[in-house]
Amino acid sequence: MATITIREALNQALREELARDEKVFLMGEEVAEYDGAYKVSKGLLHEFGPKRVIDTPITELGFAGLGIGAAMAGLRPVVEFMTFNFSILATDQIINSAAKMLYMSGGQFNIPIVFRGPGGSAFQVSSQHSQALESWYAYFPGLKVVMPSTPADAKGLLKSAIRDDDPVIFIEQERMYGQKGEVPDEPDFTIPLGVADIKREGTDVTIVARSLMVPLALKAADALEQQGVSCEVIDPRTIRPLDIDTIVESVKKTNRLVVAEESHPICGVNAEISAEIMERAFDYLDAPVKRVSGADVPMPYAKNLENLAIPDVDRIVAAVREVAYLD
Amino acid sequence: MATKVIMPKLSPTMEEGQISRWLKKEGDKVSMGEPLAEIDTDKATMEMQALGNGVLRKILINEGQSAPLGQLIAVIGEPDEDIASVLSEAPAKKEPEEKKQEQQKPAPAPAVAPAPQAKAAAASASAVDNGRQPQAATADSARVIVSPLAARMAAEAGIDLRSLQGSGPGGRIIKKDIEAALTQPKAAPAPQGFPRAVEPARFQQAAASAYRDEPASEIRKTIAKRLVTSLGPVPHFFLTTEIEMDRAAEMRRGINALDPDLKISINDVIVKVTAAALMQHPEVNASFQEKFVRYYEHADIGVAVAIEEGLITPVVRAADQKSLSEIAAEVRELAERARSRKLKPEEYTGASFSISNLGMFGIDEFTAVINPPEGAILAVGAMSAKPVVRDNEIVIRQMMRVTMSCDHRVIDGATGAKFLQTFKKILENPLYLVV
Repeated sequence: MATITIREALNQALREELARDEKVFLMGEEVAEYDGAYKVSKGLLHEFGPKRVIDTPITELGFAGLGIGAAMAGLRPVVEFMTFNFSILATDQIINSAAKMLYMSGGQFNIPIVFRGPGGSAFQVSSQHSQALESWYAYFPGLKVVMPSTPADAKGLLKSAIRDDDPVIFIEQERMYGQKGEVPDEPDFTIPLGVADIKREGTDVTIVARSLMVPLALKAADALEQQGVSCEVIDPRTIRPLDIDTIVESVKKTNRLVVAEESHPICGVNAEISAEIMERAFDYLDAPVKRVSGADVPMPYAKNLENLAIPDVDRIVAAVREVAYLD
Repeated sequence: MATKVIMPKLSPTMEEGQISRWLKKEGDKVSMGEPLAEIDTDKATMEMQALGNGVLRKILINEGQSAPLGQLIAVIGEPDEDIASVLSEAPAKKEPEEKKQEQQKPAPAPAVAPAPQAKAAAASASAVDNGRQPQAATADSARVIVSPLAARMAAEAGIDLRSLQGSGPGGRIIKKDIEAALTQPKAAPAPQGFPRAVEPARFQQAAASAYRDEPASEIRKTIAKRLVTSLGPVPHFFLTTEIEMDRAAEMRRGINALDPDLKISINDVIVKVTAAALMQHPEVNASFQEKFVRYYEHADIGVAVAIEEGLITPVVRAADQKSLSEIAAEVRELAERARSRKLKPEEYTGASFSISNLGMFGIDEFTAVINPPEGAILAVGAMSAKPVVRDNEIVIRQMMRVTMSCDHRVIDGATGAKFLQTFKKILENPLYLVV
């Protein structure tokens, strides 16, 4: 297995899918001549030419709609948002067209499109550019939402997303593009959507974490092991459809759940998981489900405040200790 | 949200506690886990920790006053929080309580009263005077707070939640509490009086004693862990006593006079008495096995025998059921085979208690090393005539010193001492063996 970064893993997935299926094309701001704002599309213009790798104007609503039209006509577009903060401009197309087209056309038009790009916090880019929007998109029936946390997951899930016949929101994490990990060498390596991954097995407390929170949860689990607490860390990887069964099974074993996310707490994915566990595993809970979320404020610019707004290892450790009745 | 501070259960037999000292004043900031007060229980003065964060808003039980388990004794809350509804639950007002008894005898308090509690918050303290409030308050204070898992476990195990004291925040009963209740050893039925006179048992009872395993309690595990770090894997401690042996020696002489072939030794008497004492102190006839404590049904006594190559301890099985003559014959036979190295492994392993006697070498007193996993070993010194004081007179008595080494992971000081007390009593008055 090769050890590569998440950036390289995504690049490999795009290259392999562009080569595998000529209906696949990539479109977005700076994806072609500039190799992508985060270099995820590096070399792809050179390899596949300007018909397959297309620079768009700065008009998210426009090129999102263009992509949806192309998908209706039988192509398989991958639309890059420079960051998901800018997808806010395209939400009418994503929500009102992509998500609902199959339903509203009575099954005549499916939309095999991927909207991808970085989401969540970055490094001091402040309120308008540091937002975790997964709960927005996961809210709508018709959309699938994917958030990888390792290079292998990034590659396997992006390939599955491109091959999926429905619109997929694929949210990467800007802080994690350089994170390295092993990726299987098989030419047709994919990971199915809707399947959670148990990143670490444990017996005392379940921690559900996604994206940026996964490495933090694993570090917290290491620290807690020193304190005699065995944590199971689950990465759902796909927010919709959510593999709640895996989480329920884990909670039945551990009787305690901490959910960690960098997004705001209100109406977030953590809230959804908490409710599901309350409904499905009530009789197995020995403590209330504990949420660890980003601060309920716009992301501050100041470094010290930014650090305070994003959950860290200590907060996850404290939450685990609380549900384990250790403090 | 305000945190109710209730009188916690700080000892297994505690029914009420007395506030010895408040460590915080009203208005002091407190955080979870901080010592809040010292409480005198039936056993000791214990520290009570805060189970919530905030400010100690109200102390309801003053220093020197007592409160039953579960009674509200203080309230922790935010500095500006309205705690009237919480306070209204305190059974402080004796008067309305009695009034309620007179007026509302037929109306039993509902087991769970969530709605009145919510209303009480709105009605606040003024409602206390109208006579209805105390009923709601009483009902509410009887409400059991329990995690869903613990509730289900209790239902499945048939445990009455009201019999438990929760260790979670605000007294919530959690999984740990149910597990503790499930593993609580059912008090070993202490044998009443002395064991019956020895019934003639089969001579060779080769099988090892039956036993029961009981999960090691938390305190037992902690004692074990702490002591092992200090004294190696089997933390020994030693108890010594001096025993007047005249009657035992007289008994032995008398029996041997009946039949010189019996050849009963003082050591045989000691084995017999040890077995009888063990039956009265089953907690000493035990072995620490990390996760549980093993209690043996019978006294399988290992008797240390010096052989050329070193030392071996053949086991007299179920010595509690054997007569002195049987024990004497068996020890003699086992010791002979031990010296000729003809013992089978099952004949020298698996004792529940051992005896090492160096009296024949003129050793007055010594300490023996426990043979794991046994819980104790008794080191027996020489019997010799010594001047002792009896009824203010100096008289000569046959005295013998014994030292018991105990594995502190399973036997505590007082436990071992009580056993030794019984041992001494029987050995000084061997007639106890036949009553």
